[in-house]
Amino acid sequence: MRAVVLGVGNILMSDEGVGVHAVTRLMEEYQLPPEVEAIDGGTSGMDCLDRIADADLLLIADCMRRKDTAPGSITRIADDEIAAYFRTRISPHQVGLSDVLAACTFQGIAPKKVVMIGVQPESFDTAMELTPAVAAVLPEVIDRLIAELGAAGIAVAAKAA
Amino acid sequence: MSKRITIDPITRIEGHLRIDVEVDNGKVTKAWSSGQMWRGVELILLGRDPRDAWAITQRICGVCTTVHAITSVRAVENALGLDVPVNAQFIRNMIASAHALHDHIVHFYHLSALDFVDVVSALKADPAKASAVAESLSDWPMNSKQVMAQTQDKLKTFVGSGQLGPFANGYWGHPAMKLSPEVNLLAVAHYLQALEAQRHANKIVTILGSKSPHIQNLAVGGVSNPIATDSQSVLTIERLLAVKEHIDALGDFVRKVYLPDVAAIGAFYADWTKYGAGVKNYISSPDFPMDSKGTQFMVPGGHVPGGDLSKYKPFTKFGDEYLMKGVEESVKHAWYEYSKPGPLHPYEGETKPHYTDFQDDGKYSWLKAPTFYGERAQVGPLANVLCGLAAGHQPTITYATKTLETVGSLLGTKVGPEILHSTIGRHAARAIRSGVMQEVLAQNWAMLIENIGKGDVATFNKPVFPKGEVMGFGMHEAPRGLLSHWTVIRDGKIANYQCVVPSTWNAGPRDEKDAIGPYEASLMDNPIADAELPLEVLRTVHSFDPCLACAVHVQDEEGNPVVQVKAL
Repeated sequence: MRAVVLGVGNILMSDEGVGVHAVTRLMEEYQLPPEVEAIDGGTSGMDCLDRIADADLLLIADCMRRKDTAPGSITRIADDEIAAYFRTRISPHQVGLSDVLAACTFQGIAPKKVVMIGVQPESFDTAMELTPAVAAVLPEVIDRLIAELGAAGIAVAAKAA
Repeated sequence: MSKRITIDPITRIEGHLRIDVEVDNGKVTKAWSSGQMWRGVELILLGRDPRDAWAITQRICGVCTTVHAITSVRAVENALGLDVPVNAQFIRNMIASAHALHDHIVHFYHLSALDFVDVVSALKADPAKASAVAESLSDWPMNSKQVMAQTQDKLKTFVGSGQLGPFANGYWGHPAMKLSPEVNLLAVAHYLQALEAQRHANKIVTILGSKSPHIQNLAVGGVSNPIATDSQSVLTIERLLAVKEHIDALGDFVRKVYLPDVAAIGAFYADWTKYGAGVKNYISSPDFPMDSKGTQFMVPGGHVPGGDLSKYKPFTKFGDEYLMKGVEESVKHAWYEYSKPGPLHPYEGETKPHYTDFQDDGKYSWLKAPTFYGERAQVGPLANVLCGLAAGHQPTITYATKTLETVGSLLGTKVGPEILHSTIGRHAARAIRSGVMQEVLAQNWAMLIENIGKGDVATFNKPVFPKGEVMGFGMHEAPRGLLSHWTVIRDGKIANYQCVVPSTWNAGPRDEKDAIGPYEASLMDNPIADAELPLEVLRTVHSFDPCLACAVHVQDEEGNPVVQVKAL
């Protein structure tokens, strides 16, 4: 079992960076077992291919915009939903995650399971801080990531204080 | 009767770029290049510690992380007049050249080859014939009939799954697609092999930079990699030997796959050597310093006015005055306002947004319009290769000559470097530069090993910030061309910071004198076969390797197809 937790987004654009903030804090506060690799992916694409290839579980934390949703709302999509989502949507970031996943599929090295935890943003203003509404749900995002790892049979404990 | 075409956004690039063209009698007669994203990193940096700037600026873009980091430390070092230990130069040089190789390979195979390669057509190819074509170009072992047949099987499965991913929005069956099914299959096989090749480059960056995609090992004054010949936790000889294997694998790929492929595609699309020249005033940064002060470089750079190699004027050192004094940025046609009229030098640069609608004759872009002594300039691998040729840089001459000879023999005629001023020429220049980059990488590896062998393990000089004001700029020949960061430091804090990035040089809007920029100029007179499917526009724009990714990576669940081509 090999799981990759990938935080993506731009930390210079406030809530756009929520996925990176979540994964950074996960690494700071929790003792991740060797079968879990946490990556601050930023807005990169192909650079991450190496490490997500052949993973049993790819867990993505990202900012995800949906209609009529309150800032800080958390959405989970998985597997077929992710594929369907990438069929209709081309990210403004063109060599983004969708292309890397598709390249993995083409190569026959796609992660076996992909889950995305998305957070509704409030602001993309130029700032390195999250808005209060999004910062407030960061612990819940981390809990959701840990729960997903738990469902895959990986127990994660908090670091000793 | 002219027709207006808007492509928004341009796909298979980094970031959000909108291109508008007017087409008359099947040719482009007017063009606008518009950056659609606002970049405010300059404002975030104000008041911060200059030693932190590199870690923040590498977040500007997910692709150009290391190049912003390196340019930022150079800017602060230039402001302080701080020397950098040669070991640190060698390590930085290796990261920068490995990153360049990664970028050039991904750009050609994964972003722009699809403008010339009809992936779906490859399903009809005869694998044996595809292999024969490949083996006539190179002795690469992965060109066998078995590899071609396996590639075709993978492609069938992939296309059958309906998940086209990176191949979505391709112009399959477009009349401007000219390769045979066999050459298309060969290109798809190399597309997959390029995925492997880019991993070698990425591994080098990861080992030396401690982490990827955001390197951790830089510092103002050097690098934070301690070197030891006997420890496990630092940069050891063992790790350096692993790096060498990746360097060698990259060399094979560049020489046996990338260069022959570019030459072949260039020959099949020889008509594209006639289009896309645009602005022929070129500037490029010298790079890969071999000394502590940044005065001796492994690859030259400078100014080639009007494409005339005989008028080449080099930039000779970090902080070069000829470069420093020539740069200005205009916002007459950009969504900013300055506190005084006319263009501004980056040291006095301002970042105050002023959005209007898209105005054909007014403001229409988030990019500023940089000029060099009042003239537009093109940056990128082509500028770098032209400087190399003008300066008599032997590795550049060797790879350029070999590539042009291959193109010439496929065409049955002799071709010279003048064909490089074109859409396809920019691809050729990128491949030529990749050959040079692989040698630079290997040489820096050897110089580092040799220097460590002499007992020199220094990697860092501590910066000291004076009271009062200092200013400096960092320059770097990034994969997309001349990148400069300009900073004013007051009492140890950042008082101004401006990034003049390669895509601003190339993709910027009209300038103070209303002169069009390099993207816009390169599109003039391009043929357009079908206004609804303006593949030709993409070819020329993609040849610059656009990177406007100063930001967004947001996932949008609304599911609207976002790529629009409007022909009015």
